[in-house]
Amino acid sequence: MSGIVLGIDTATSVSAGVAAAGRVLATRTLEGDRNHVEQLQPTIDAVIAEAGISLSDLTGVAVGMGPGPFTGLRVGIVTAQVLAEALGVPLHRVCTLDVLAAQWERPPADFVVVTDARRREVYWARYRDGERVDGPNVTSPGLVPAGPGAGPGAGLCAQVESSPGAPGAVSGGVLAARASELPDPGAVPLYLRRPDATVSTRRKSVLVVPGRRS
Amino acid sequence: MSEPLILGIESSCDETGVGIVRGTTLLANEVASSVEEHVRFGGVVPEVASRAHLQAFVPTLRRALAAADVDLGDLDGIAVTAGPGLMGALVVGIAAAKALAAATRTPLYGVNHLVGHVAVDVLEHGRLPGGSVALLVSGGHTSLLRVGDIATDVTEIGSTIDDAAGEAYDKVARLLGLPYPGGPVIDRAAADGDPSAISFPRGLTGPRDRQRHRFDFSFSGLKTAVARWVETRERDGLDVPVADVAASFQEAVCDVLTAKAVDACAAVGSDRLLIGGGVAANSRLRGLLEERCAAAGIALRRPRPGLCTDNGAMIAALGAQVVERGLPPSPADLGADSGLPVSRILV
Ligand SMILES: [Zn+2]
Repeated sequence: MSGIVLGIDTATSVSAGVAAAGRVLATRTLEGDRNHVEQLQPTIDAVIAEAGISLSDLTGVAVGMGPGPFTGLRVGIVTAQVLAEALGVPLHRVCTLDVLAAQWERPPADFVVVTDARRREVYWARYRDGERVDGPNVTSPGLVPAGPGAGPGAGLCAQVESSPGAPGAVSGGVLAARASELPDPGAVPLYLRRPDATVSTRRKSVLVVPGRRS
Repeated sequence: MSEPLILGIESSCDETGVGIVRGTTLLANEVASSVEEHVRFGGVVPEVASRAHLQAFVPTLRRALAAADVDLGDLDGIAVTAGPGLMGALVVGIAAAKALAAATRTPLYGVNHLVGHVAVDVLEHGRLPGGSVALLVSGGHTSLLRVGDIATDVTEIGSTIDDAAGEAYDKVARLLGLPYPGGPVIDRAAADGDPSAISFPRGLTGPRDRQRHRFDFSFSGLKTAVARWVETRERDGLDVPVADVAASFQEAVCDVLTAKAVDACAAVGSDRLLIGGGVAANSRLRGLLEERCAAAGIALRRPRPGLCTDNGAMIAALGAQVVERGLPPSPADLGADSGLPVSRILV
């Protein structure tokens, strides 16, 4: 991708970076997976300053569409959408797991990328010869294929081997540099789970007094 | 700066709102609602609402800018609901507001949703004189506020101790086999009923409650009383007169709301009452308030229904009041506060 691109991802922790002509100028990834709305914009401001540019110099905005815990995930997506809209530049969407895969400089031929989906589940995808061949999925950690793995959730799966050089956290800088090469997952975030909600059923009687437990 | 041009963003529940005002002049008020998506669940599902906010935000922003015929570069500030509301929903609007403020290099003001419901009236009836009482009634809130200054001094003098008034409407509608949301359908059903047909309880109006809960509300007992009455009829094999139940229930709600609002005006020494929130569109509430306020010599201010429900214009209106008073913008690490107290007008 030519020009100057801002990369944003909040599918795991808060990450932002700037790349020019495919080269990373600045990148920051925060520890922890909370407080996305508090921390994202200050992190963007910091990488913009570190890259020595201003927001109006951007020629594109790239964003990780997940999968990731919903509330945090949406912070990055809406931020990227609004920045692209307000600056009048294109928005590039990528799968966050693809970014982690792309961060691995000398990856094995076959590996998985895993992130924490909470509720004792993980998000994962499998890559072979640089292509995503399975996923993104959300399953229990035990269902992730065995072998070498990357990503902040790799340690949650006993059968996934930690390997030297495997990226552990998303890089907003690499996201910005590589976004144009990665497939577009579409406009809808990669939620992978339905909202928790039950269709309302018959009402409970108020005439029957429920039995009390002592 | 004489009349600041402010864009307001609202996303605390199921409406995505973007409004634009110049001072006290309304320029745009665009709302995308996800209410239809919640109907089959019988109430707002937070995750469904949050997903809808993300989808609706940029299109709503575009419509608002087009309607107001302004460019982002013209704005003097961005205001956004910081709370109270649904966490996952609030966060979408706040993140969007921060990005917009950064891109346009304008200050950001995180403001209180409840105070926004009061502030919106300046768009219709001009600046608020100090010392007013406001009654807020909607699906999410039922409170009485004393408004000293809309941007700096608002205190809650009473609120519901259980369900919000709008929630009670939803629950009674469901009980009567009427669809969600309950407010408008009960209002319509009640039009053909007799409000004195059934004597339902008026929560927290007894002599003892008046000491501790003079300005508080309770609708949970009323809802249970309606349920018990309906079920008893059904058990005895009798028809349920839906119109009479709706009218009698509505009368009980509106009687308490108006009596306490008028009493609050007397206690505070105010001759002005404002009403806001979705239930302020209710025809019986409006009628009874007009009657009782006139009898008590209180001037009633009510914004038109389109401004009573959640929207971005109310947030922009409050933002403009904040900017006109020269108050400082919110910090860069502004977050959402789902339980933001009404006394925190600017975060
Ligand atoms: Zn509201």
